[in-house]
Amino acid sequence: MAKVLMKGNEAIGAAAIKAGCRYFFGYPITPQNELPEYMSREMPKVGGVFLQAESEIAAINMVYGAAGAGARVMTSSSSPGIALKQEGITYIAGAELPCVIVNIVRGGPGLGGIQPSQSDYNQVTRGGGNGDYKLLVYAPANLQEMVDLMQEAFDAADFYRNPVMMVGDGMIGQMMEPIEFKDSVSRFDLPEKDWATTGTKGQRKPNIINSLALDPAELEKHNHKLQKKYDAMKENEVRYETYNMENAEVVIVAYGTTSRIVRNAINDLKEQSINVGLIRPITLWPFPEKAFDEVPAACKSLLSVEMSMGQMVDDIKIASNGRWPVSFYGRVGGMIPTPEAVMGKVKELIGGEK
Amino acid sequence: MLNEKIICAGFGGQGVMLMGQLISYAGMLEGKEVSWLPSYGPEMRGGTANCSVMVSERPIGSPVISDDATTAIIMNLPSLDKFEVDVATGGNIIINSSLIERKTKRDDLKAYYVPANDIAVELGNARVANMIMLGAYLELTKVVSVESVMTALKKIFGESKAHLMKINEDALAKGSESIKAQ
Repeated sequence: MAKVLMKGNEAIGAAAIKAGCRYFFGYPITPQNELPEYMSREMPKVGGVFLQAESEIAAINMVYGAAGAGARVMTSSSSPGIALKQEGITYIAGAELPCVIVNIVRGGPGLGGIQPSQSDYNQVTRGGGNGDYKLLVYAPANLQEMVDLMQEAFDAADFYRNPVMMVGDGMIGQMMEPIEFKDSVSRFDLPEKDWATTGTKGQRKPNIINSLALDPAELEKHNHKLQKKYDAMKENEVRYETYNMENAEVVIVAYGTTSRIVRNAINDLKEQSINVGLIRPITLWPFPEKAFDEVPAACKSLLSVEMSMGQMVDDIKIASNGRWPVSFYGRVGGMIPTPEAVMGKVKELIGGEK
Repeated sequence: MLNEKIICAGFGGQGVMLMGQLISYAGMLEGKEVSWLPSYGPEMRGGTANCSVMVSERPIGSPVISDDATTAIIMNLPSLDKFEVDVATGGNIIINSSLIERKTKRDDLKAYYVPANDIAVELGNARVANMIMLGAYLELTKVVSVESVMTALKKIFGESKAHLMKINEDALAKGSESIKAQ
């Protein structure tokens, strides 16, 4: 198919519909409004349902209901809206239901601002809701990757019966880039949703969707079952990209929009004979710990570059396990790091200009 | 090597977003790497609007322009005040002299003054001022061809606005003439 020029938020909608999503429940918030707007226009054309709920909480509980009935369903919001959805998300994880949640991150805390940010890292990787649960979290760096991952996100959600989160930021949501919608074959062998509450027609015992388990022994068993699922995700779903790792004096870890800025900085540094590598997590959870085995032993420092206050540093320290010092550079509140500032930080780490 | 970084800026309603989209779309049609990044914020009607456009032969890293724009297309005075500092030395600045009385304060840029609104009114539609500025830009840099821009415009306009193609094409030509005369 020929390339088209689309806004990120609209491309997410188009990719979701192409991936078979037929139910969308949302509530407006900048900078993701073009996504529900697109869905309101396009969902009816494919016989799907678009519904603007009365609140984020209502929207996520509608997702809970549709997922329980076996539908391919999605919701989207931005940071404070995602915070409101957390109760529903932990219920959905507890009840083992598939859905896709899009978070186009803006600056926080609180209502914060509306410009691009990555300050939801902990919210999306640690789970903002209660209990031992995990989301599979994708953080694409460009619109093509986001579109390509959308099919994967719905398939993985169905396969693991778990919510999947797609994380972008205001820039990914608002920008336009050429996109090609490719036909992809699912790498998952997806079973029938025989657990869904679709009506018994008097033929079978009712299916029950629930996240309540009052018997401690039962609940412990359920937790172990969930944990096994998360272990399988850690084993099979980690995605990352490495760049320019050979002889790297510093290796930067950055994802999403920030990784694009960092890549510019790395290319400019190369022209000054300074070798800097990049580890770009594509899944924020599971975190790509394996990628750190590619870091040269002589590397002087790892450097986390974020649009948050060092939230990813903990995961980098766990993954590097004391092998290299870990430094941090970040901008927050909707401010965007410049390649020059990243280059400056790298030079500081290696002890000045060459 | 082609690596254009363009700022299009003006007030809401002047068509600065469309101008940027047309450059991106045309670049894509010509097989170039492109990105388009709008400003977004709590703006009111008539407030400022701008977008950053990149057209490159290499994959585009960051779509953000900090102070390294190769061209700024400026439609109103607040935009000149805000963005003239963001053009790299030796870059182009195209100023809508119908609405902006002052000259650029920079002496290290190639400055061009196009009375876009006056030309648009002469053409019979004040709303094509953006296309006159775009025509000037295309004449100056030849980053994408006028034909590609017209193909892109046809796709964006669709059938319902087909009758507006002619005046837009004329506007591009007038913008081009205005640069040739400078």
